[in-house]
Amino acid sequence: MTLTSVSQTPVGFSPDEIATFRSDFPILSSRVNDHPLVYLDSGATSQKPRVVLDAEREYYEHENAAVHRGAHTLAALATERFEDARATVARFVGAKDDEIVWTSNATEAINLVAYAIGNATAGRGGRAAERLRLAPGDEILVTEMEHHANLLPWQELAARTGATLRYIPISDDGALRMDKAERLVSSRTRILAFTHVSNVLGVINPVADLVALARGVGALVVLDACQSAPHFALNVKSLDVDFAAFSGHKMLGPTGVGVLYGRSELLNALPPFLTGGSMIATVTMDSAEYLPAPHRFEAGTQRVSQAIALGVAVDYLVEIGMDRIGQHEAALGQLLVQGLENIAGVTVLGPRSGETRVGLASFDVRGVHSHDIGQFLDDRGIAVRVGHHCAQPLHRRLGVTSSTRASTYFYTTPDEVAEFLDGVAAATRFFGVDE
Amino acid sequence: MESLYQEVILDLSRHPHGRGLAGNAAGTSHQVNPTCGDDVTLEVHLEPGTDRVMSVRWDGHGCAISQASASLFSDLAPGLSVRELGERIELFRTAMRSRGTIEPDEELLGDAVALGGVSRYVARVKCAMLAWVAGEEALAVATAA
Repeated sequence: MTLTSVSQTPVGFSPDEIATFRSDFPILSSRVNDHPLVYLDSGATSQKPRVVLDAEREYYEHENAAVHRGAHTLAALATERFEDARATVARFVGAKDDEIVWTSNATEAINLVAYAIGNATAGRGGRAAERLRLAPGDEILVTEMEHHANLLPWQELAARTGATLRYIPISDDGALRMDKAERLVSSRTRILAFTHVSNVLGVINPVADLVALARGVGALVVLDACQSAPHFALNVKSLDVDFAAFSGHKMLGPTGVGVLYGRSELLNALPPFLTGGSMIATVTMDSAEYLPAPHRFEAGTQRVSQAIALGVAVDYLVEIGMDRIGQHEAALGQLLVQGLENIAGVTVLGPRSGETRVGLASFDVRGVHSHDIGQFLDDRGIAVRVGHHCAQPLHRRLGVTSSTRASTYFYTTPDEVAEFLDGVAAATRFFGVDE
Repeated sequence: MESLYQEVILDLSRHPHGRGLAGNAAGTSHQVNPTCGDDVTLEVHLEPGTDRVMSVRWDGHGCAISQASASLFSDLAPGLSVRELGERIELFRTAMRSRGTIEPDEELLGDAVALGGVSRYVARVKCAMLAWVAGEEALAVATAA
């Protein structure tokens, strides 16, 4: 493997285009440990362009006020900007405005659904929520490749309601066992929760097939879109899922803001998760009536600056074009896997080269712990993720305790991938993999 | 890189000392580093009828630092009293937490000084400490018995 052979492989964006994107990201020109930063951890959190950073500052400098309360000019302006951001995100995923709920992150979004269903099961939400109640004998189905954020809320919900949690296993190459899925989905299945793209394997799951199985038995579909929404074009209506969750900080936005998409009728049938100010119609000392969605799920002071900045981030992504971003990253994903497969002692988790994957690759180095690989790469200014990536059951299934993960974004260059591959090859020599 | 991964550390991570549990220990401890899932189970065996360490055996999974550190601990412990070993664990901890300001004392810590460079890498201090924390707890169990 040489630097040039990799650099010449065509990818979605031209070098000039990528250079222009990169000039928008102050952090990408920084140096780490005396090397130019090679940031290959966008799957954990993306870097932020200046327009997003400026959006938060400008909001605080010129528009800051409490939203959905108060009648003064700034309050009205802040509310308008906050709701405009919601509309921007709604358009981005093909939803209606009132189907987008702001949360702190995707984890909170999934917990919101799980806790709201738990509250329905406890008898809250009146007649509308009756059909969402769980009972012993009901089943919640997830997959073996879930991030803990799409596993533990369901474990807890099952424990609280007496429902049973089951999972669709994977094959050795990281594909969902659809033959097993077909047998696992039954009239007992009430919820099918799965990730669109695995944060470890980089594999894209067959949403349409899974949704068809769920629809056949009337189960709710919850999609973890954390690794898909930032990286390729996605439409919740054509995917036909009931709920979808993603995080702002993985798609150029600030931390502290995430998104829950929910079909209108379901959101309005669910009782609230968090209760308090702003989410009510009328309150007495004994009871309360709640606002329709999305506001019934937005109790207390909201993450206004973050939501507005996320709206700006989405505008930035749309201007670049989600389809081209997807193509660019798919090409980088292939470069990553091809390069890793050529390094002795390295085993890639998930699809082999040539098979579909996003711009993400996790791998095991024979006899060398991921923290040691990560440390070695960090010394060269290369930032990767090490550990179990919040997917312990998946790692256990693959027979490794941890892995090293490189993940790209549209601002990642083929040269950076080449630097990373050189670094991994050097690490295998340093740690004596062949001895 | 080389200050963190000294040759002795790389060697020990490939050819560990004291690896493999013997059972029937005076004290045993299992420790996990939740950030990476690394774990070590460590046994302290005492000379019968004394408070002197006869041997340390361990097993576990982890990075080069945590694995070498367990080997170095098992090299250091034999022949020391429970109190002496406890003091050395404390010395080692102080050096590890010093962010590179305190060089470990070779007289008292032997080859474990090779881990001195770890203290400049805050994120890796837990890796180096894992076996020593297990040792501390195993000693406490042995003394309480």
